[in-house]
Amino acid sequence: MTENDDIDLTSLSDEDLVAQMHDDLYDGLKEEIEEGVQILLDRGWEPYKVLTDALVEGMRIVGIDFRDGILFVPEVLLSAGAMKGGMAILRPLLAETGAPPVGKMVIGTVKGDIHDIGKNLVSMMMEGAGFEVIDLGINNPVENYIEALEEHKPDILGMSALLTTTMPYMKTVINALEEKGIRDDYLVLVGGAPLSQEFGEAINADAYCRDAAVTVDIAKELMQRKHNQAVSSGS
Amino acid sequence: MIPSSAETRESVLIIACGALSREILTLKNANKLNHVTLRCLPADLHNQPDQIAGEVGRAIAKARSEFDRIVVAYAECGTGGTLDRLLETEGVERLEGPHCYAFYSGLDTFFAESERDIDAFYLTDFLARHFDRLVYQALGLDRHPELRDEYFRHYSRLVYLAQCEDEGLMTRARNAAQRLQLKFETRQTGYGELGRFVSAL
Repeated sequence: MTENDDIDLTSLSDEDLVAQMHDDLYDGLKEEIEEGVQILLDRGWEPYKVLTDALVEGMRIVGIDFRDGILFVPEVLLSAGAMKGGMAILRPLLAETGAPPVGKMVIGTVKGDIHDIGKNLVSMMMEGAGFEVIDLGINNPVENYIEALEEHKPDILGMSALLTTTMPYMKTVINALEEKGIRDDYLVLVGGAPLSQEFGEAINADAYCRDAAVTVDIAKELMQRKHNQAVSSGS
Repeated sequence: MIPSSAETRESVLIIACGALSREILTLKNANKLNHVTLRCLPADLHNQPDQIAGEVGRAIAKARSEFDRIVVAYAECGTGGTLDRLLETEGVERLEGPHCYAFYSGLDTFFAESERDIDAFYLTDFLARHFDRLVYQALGLDRHPELRDEYFRHYSRLVYLAQCEDEGLMTRARNAAQRLQLKFETRQTGYGELGRFVSAL
């Protein structure tokens, strides 16, 4: 918002400040978001409430407009950069509160692929939704995924690919999990521009995730289902 | 009157990505393919590859009764299999390969080099010509140069796959590399598989 320079964020009520922060996230204004986060914390807000009400809700709006073709990748990247600024303040505080994570996810871009914009957005949104995220970065061979699964024992494995030529590698990873007999120990989520629902089904992933916001929704739903199954089976 | 060879040959329509129009016309003229007609879809569709199959499908339906044969000058182009499923249903052939970088390079060469080229951002003649609009502006770098690292932090080279020898395009490609802060490399590919595809029609 161009008039943002004129707004004294400290003068706003909590409700108006959060609404203003949604606008600032939409406009990718990192410094304003950092200031807004600090003001809410100074007013005694719990870090988790700042995260969910101000940042995650703001990014949810960004996600909807991206999906509907109103916002495009550059704008989403600026919004994500602003959210990162807020997250950097909140992360240590959230860790201090010791709240148990909703779940744990290992995520990485597959071998042969160096693209990570989508993966980074997913990591950030999942973290915002209360998941612990272990990000393996780019160009990951099967061994990296297996090692990370063994070390971190996550609930979810996420794989990303931007290229038609690299997306089949997701199947290579899933095959390796099947061969080791550990495929069903994890929820496998896949995403990336050239992927589709059909591709996700063909490679035996648990879900294809169209974008970062959808990934969070699917992850929460699948975690809930997994939890319910564990309860009903008495384990 | 004796019919000309163009009149006796089957009529062929190429439905092509707009990024290939200049190259296909050059090949069509060089091979005297008077029985071949070219119709292009906007090159900008590459920014929304999920729409390519739908647009190609509509173009095929519109042209079906007008031509003996239709071919599609798209590669897979990030369509997630939707283009191939459409073309299989329609019985229409397309260019082999995942994208234009591959068919210009030659598929064998491209796949052989793919590991070494993991850090390469490719330009073709078309992209060198329209770099500002289709790359720089489309990525928002004209308005937000600070996003450069978000897009290009893992790239180290811009590899210009040149279809023709053109000093002007070479300069544009070199400038593009400089603006993206990437090392510049050039490969004279010619038309690669596209040349064989068109001249065989």
